Amino acid sequence: MNACLDNRQALQLRRLLEAGLPLVPRPYRRLAEQIGSREALVLEQVRQWQADGLFRRVGLVLKHRALGFRANAMLVLDVPDEQVDAVGRLLGQAAGVNLCYQRPRRLPQWRYNLFCMVHGREREQVLGLIEALLAAHGLSALPHQVLFSTRAFKQCGGRYAPPAEAAHG
Amino acid sequence: MHIDALSRRLIDCYQHGMPLCAEPYRAMAETLGCAESEVLACLERLQQGDGLSRIGPVFEHSRAGASTLVALAVPQARLERVAEWISAFPEVNHNYLREHRYNLWFVLTGPDRAHIDRLLAVIEAETGLKPLDLPMQNAFRIDLGFPLGDAR
Repeated sequence: MNACLDNRQALQLRRLLEAGLPLVPRPYRRLAEQIGSREALVLEQVRQWQADGLFRRVGLVLKHRALGFRANAMLVLDVPDEQVDAVGRLLGQAAGVNLCYQRPRRLPQWRYNLFCMVHGREREQVLGLIEALLAAHGLSALPHQVLFSTRAFKQCGGRYAPPAEAAHG
Repeated sequence: MHIDALSRRLIDCYQHGMPLCAEPYRAMAETLGCAESEVLACLERLQQGDGLSRIGPVFEHSRAGASTLVALAVPQARLERVAEWISAFPEVNHNYLREHRYNLWFVLTGPDRAHIDRLLAVIEAETGLKPLDLPMQNAFRIDLGFPLGDAR
């Protein structure tokens, strides 16, 4: 899979990409300089990763709070296991739902198995949207809770590549 | 923060994808009918104003490594210290305070599940709090973008 760069360079490149593209006219040339390679090889590697499905998307990654989307709700539902696929697909397609994931229950502490993120400008608007959404799909009777976030301590991208020391060992 | 017309167009056009070429900012500028220097200056402003986290790939969890959503029920008196300690891990992102008994929610990412398990053990040992470990089992929607159309 690493046809263009050696493994060490590929790992370095992944780590750099996790932190973001530099804001310079030739960002891939800058990255290539940092890993001791050439712009064309770096671009080729990035395109290959894109084609292989390593990325969900490549683009601007925003922070919703600063952009005015201050009401950030996590809707959690306790859906019977045999219905979770159908309900997940329904809510996943609904306008206003940004993410919809199934996760395991952790009984007795945590009973909810379906998670939806809903962003909006105002808390009341988001609550209204959620209740309307559940009502429209006949889901209001399902046990559910809405957890608003009230503070972001940290917001950045995932760091999947192992740290540099581990990469050699 | 103030979002000018160019920022809005950049966000609407390029949060879901951007050109993968040697001069992406020039390509964006050509599409939007402005100068490359304006695009770069605008993105810099967005980043400084904390509206832009970064530019580049969002990794697919399942392909890139392992990840999980974690919740902790932190006593109010210890919240600041625990939240700060958790945020300091490079493997932690999206660390939020939420209105619930489980009040601290964050995502752990790492090269593999064993790495995540070790971190969870460290967190439990250091805080004395039992983390809820909630890895994704199924994604029904993963699009993280949102429209700025209704933002003012």
